[in-house]
Order: sequence, then structure tokens, then C-alpha cells
Amino acid sequence: MNRGRIWLLSASLVNLLFLYLPIAVLILFSFNASRLSATWQGFTFRWYLALVENQALLTAVHNSLLVAVVSTSIATILGVSAAVGMERLLGRRRRTVEVTLLLPLVIPEVMLGVALLLFFVMVKLPLSLLTVMIGHVVWNVPIVAVIVRARLQKLDPRLVEAALDLGATPWLAFLRVTLPLLTPAIIGAVLMAFTLSLDDFVVTFFTAGPGSTTLPLKVYSMVKSGVSPEINALSAILVLISMALIGLSLVLQRQRN
Amino acid sequence: MLLWMGIFFFLPLLMMLAVSFAGRGTYGGVEWTLSLTNYAHLADPMYLRIYGRSLALALATTTLCLLLGFPLAYSIARAPARRQGVWLLLVMIPFWTNFLVRTYAWMFILRTEGLMNTLLINLGVTTQPIELLYSDWAILIGLVYGYLPFMVLPLYAAMERLDLSVVEAAWDLYATGWSVFWRVILPLTKPGVIAGCILVFIPSLGAFITPDLLGGAKTMMVGNLIQHEYLVMRDWPLGSAISFALMALVLLGVMAYFKTDGRLDRFERGR
Repeated sequence: MNRGRIWLLSASLVNLLFLYLPIAVLILFSFNASRLSATWQGFTFRWYLALVENQALLTAVHNSLLVAVVSTSIATILGVSAAVGMERLLGRRRRTVEVTLLLPLVIPEVMLGVALLLFFVMVKLPLSLLTVMIGHVVWNVPIVAVIVRARLQKLDPRLVEAALDLGATPWLAFLRVTLPLLTPAIIGAVLMAFTLSLDDFVVTFFTAGPGSTTLPLKVYSMVKSGVSPEINALSAILVLISMALIGLSLVLQRQRN
Repeated sequence: MLLWMGIFFFLPLLMMLAVSFAGRGTYGGVEWTLSLTNYAHLADPMYLRIYGRSLALALATTTLCLLLGFPLAYSIARAPARRQGVWLLLVMIPFWTNFLVRTYAWMFILRTEGLMNTLLINLGVTTQPIELLYSDWAILIGLVYGYLPFMVLPLYAAMERLDLSVVEAAWDLYATGWSVFWRVILPLTKPGVIAGCILVFIPSLGAFITPDLLGGAKTMMVGNLIQHEYLVMRDWPLGSAISFALMALVLLGVMAYFKTDGRLDRFERGR
């Protein structure tokens, strides 16, 4: 028993080391004074300063935020209404909607990107930030719907029935009873969709045109042209941002409880 | 919602299906002739090698993730409630971190003048730097690293529901460590194992970033092949046909999952 315990614990530690060592190394070397060497040459903030002066990078950040805000808003409205609407459907129709929602999640991302590219070219919609936003909404709607629906199925139907018995219209019952109960799930879904949109590379890669470079596209082109300490610095910032987003979602969840 | 998905999801897929039966124009456009040429092309030995490599890498990734993730998920599920949250957070952070960043970390470590080679030379293991990047091994490491959280989370969800008294009963009845694992823990957490495997298998089969950055020209996977046909060769019909071949592979995997899932349900109801 005890030996099993020790074995388990060390296996878990190996796992965590495997997950974190690369990230830790990356961050550590973003402060390395030498541009080329993989040996430590002294501490510097130079690479972070270089990022702030990189105009193309700042434009990409701006584009990414714009795409994430717009596509998350649309996906949330569509996803929540899909989840709520689905509860009213029965039998075959409900099954159809379920499959419609799940398919974008199991389809390989490359395929979705290519199909959207084909579609935009054929309907002669020029590739721009607009096409990127449309692409992000396509796989964010199912994600929002799945998260909200999971919560919706756990709600007590008697609460809504009670509101209706007390003379509320169905719309008022939705606004005053269902929606407040769904809020934690919706917040979770919004954060998830926002993060995924901010991080998405594959679909964006195929649907972005000239002048609509987002942050992941910019990171990709930097990485493609070789390893550099600026990318390390940028990566360190991105890791910090994702940690902050998780922290935010945890705090919001705790407040609800 | 249905309208949106209809226009921007199903319509593009249908168009792609139509294009996959068309021919390629001289300048890379689509020529509307009905033929199965593109699908016949799929059996080209060069492409078959690429599917083979993708399948092998996806299976190896899934297996390694399972071997690594299982003990981790188990010890998280057995930890005291307060510590479980911390452990889960530690798994979630890489999960929420940009995929490109995590792939780049391995480029940084594995490249010729990178950390791993510096370390190996300093330790005297080798005098010349070894080419570690741009190989199948580099891709495998990148994929396992990228998708390990996808395995741990569903495994944890299954193990959290595992009734520990059953495991203790097995110990009390003098089961050995192995038989407790094979005959009690594994069967009871099977839905989590299957879900985790599917979640790792699908994205690693269609992976694009990892083989693109960590692999070389000789280590293409299906995802890169599709991108190559579309953006470099400008042969959209062939690219579409390859996409549908990939989707067929993925759907087969998912169907296999639902089939075993259904059987599991029946088994449990039978008891």
C-alpha cells in the first residue's frame, strides 16, 4: 500500500515536471542577456522593452482583442438561445439540433478552416477581420451551448413552474428565474469562448486576409523565422495572461457560491 | 442559431464535398467536372505513408497520454478535497495557455543549439550537437505535451466518482496491487478512459501546428497535407478529398466510442 502511494506520487510529480519545466525554462530565458546562446549570460529586461516598441505586434494584439470581444458576444447570444431553445424541442428534432451542435466540436480544426476559406472565396467575401470573427463564432456557439445546457439540465423545473403559477409571463419567468440561475454557467462559457478565440490559430490562419493579422498569427510568423528571446518574452506574457484568466474565472465562481 | 450554423458551417462543408468531386483548373481554380479522380489519388503511396504516420503518431500520443495521465488523475482524485483544487489548477494552467507558446517551448529546448544539446554536451554524453528537432520524436513529444490535460481532466472526473470503499474491499480481500488496478479501478473508470482517449486522439490525428513547427518537410501529417494542397499546390479539389478522408477516420473513432459507451450502459443496466 505504502509503496504504491510513493509510486503514485512520484509519477504525478514527473507529470507536473513534464508540464511545467518547458514553460519555466521559456520564461527564465526571456530574461537572458544573450540573444543566441542557451547558456545564462546575465539578467535583462531588454526583450520586453523591444515588444512594446514593436508596432506590428501591438496592431495584432488590438485585432485579437476586437475579434475575441465581437465573436464571444455573438456566440454567447446564439449559444445561450440554442441551449434554452433545445429544452423545448422533443424527440427527433432535439436529436438533430444536438448533432448539429456537436459536429463542429469533433471535426478536425484544419478541415473547418479550409471549408470556411473555400466558402468565403466562393461567395466572394474578402478575407478580413470579419471572416475571422465568423469563423470563431462557428465553433464558439457549440462550446457556449454545451456548457450552458449542462447547467440548464440540473435546474429544478419547479422553480419556473412556480413563477408561472404566480402569474409571470413565460418571458418574465425566463428573465427573472432561469437567466439568474444560469449566470455562473454563462460567465464560465464567456470566459472559455473568449480565451479560445484569443488563442485560436488554425481557423484564423485560413480565414484571415492581409491586414487582419491576430496575435497568434503574429506569434506564428515570429516562431517560423526562428527562435528569439523576444518570443520568449512574449510567451511569458501570454502565460501570465492565461493564469490571470483562470484566476478570474475561479474568483467569479467562488462569489456565486 | 440553426440559420447561422446552416450558413457558416453546413454550407461550407457541402461546398467542400462538391469541390472534392470536381477537377483542378489550370491556374488552381475549380473546374466543375464530376469525377472520382481526387478520391482515387488518395491511394497514392506517398499519401498512404502520410496517413499511416498520422495514425501511428495519434495512437502513440493517446497511449502515452493515458500512461502518464492515469496515475496523475488517480492521485488527484485521492488527495484531500482542499489539495484537489490546487492540483487541478496546476493541470488547467497549461490547458489554458496558448498552444503555439507550448509548442515553441519545445522548439526552444530541442533545437540544435538549444538547451537539451547544451546540457548533453556539458555532461559529456556527446561532443557534437544532435539533431533532435524536425523528427517524428519531436512531434510525438509536442503532441503528448499539448494534449495531456485533455486526458487528465476526464480521467479525474471519472475517478472522483469512484467509490473508494470498493477499492478498499479489494485490498481487504487480499487482491494484489495489479489485480486491484486491472479488475477494480480500470473497469470502473472506463468511461473516463474512453472519453480522454477520444479527446486526445481526434486533435492529434488532425494536428497542424505541432508537425508544422516541430516536424520537418519529411514528417508531414494529414493536417499539413491539407494545408499544403490548399495553400501551396492550390489544388482545392484534392485538398477537399483529403479532408473528407480525415473526417471519415475521425468519425470512425467517435462511432467506436459511442458503440462501446452504449454497450457499457447496457451492461450496467443489466446488473
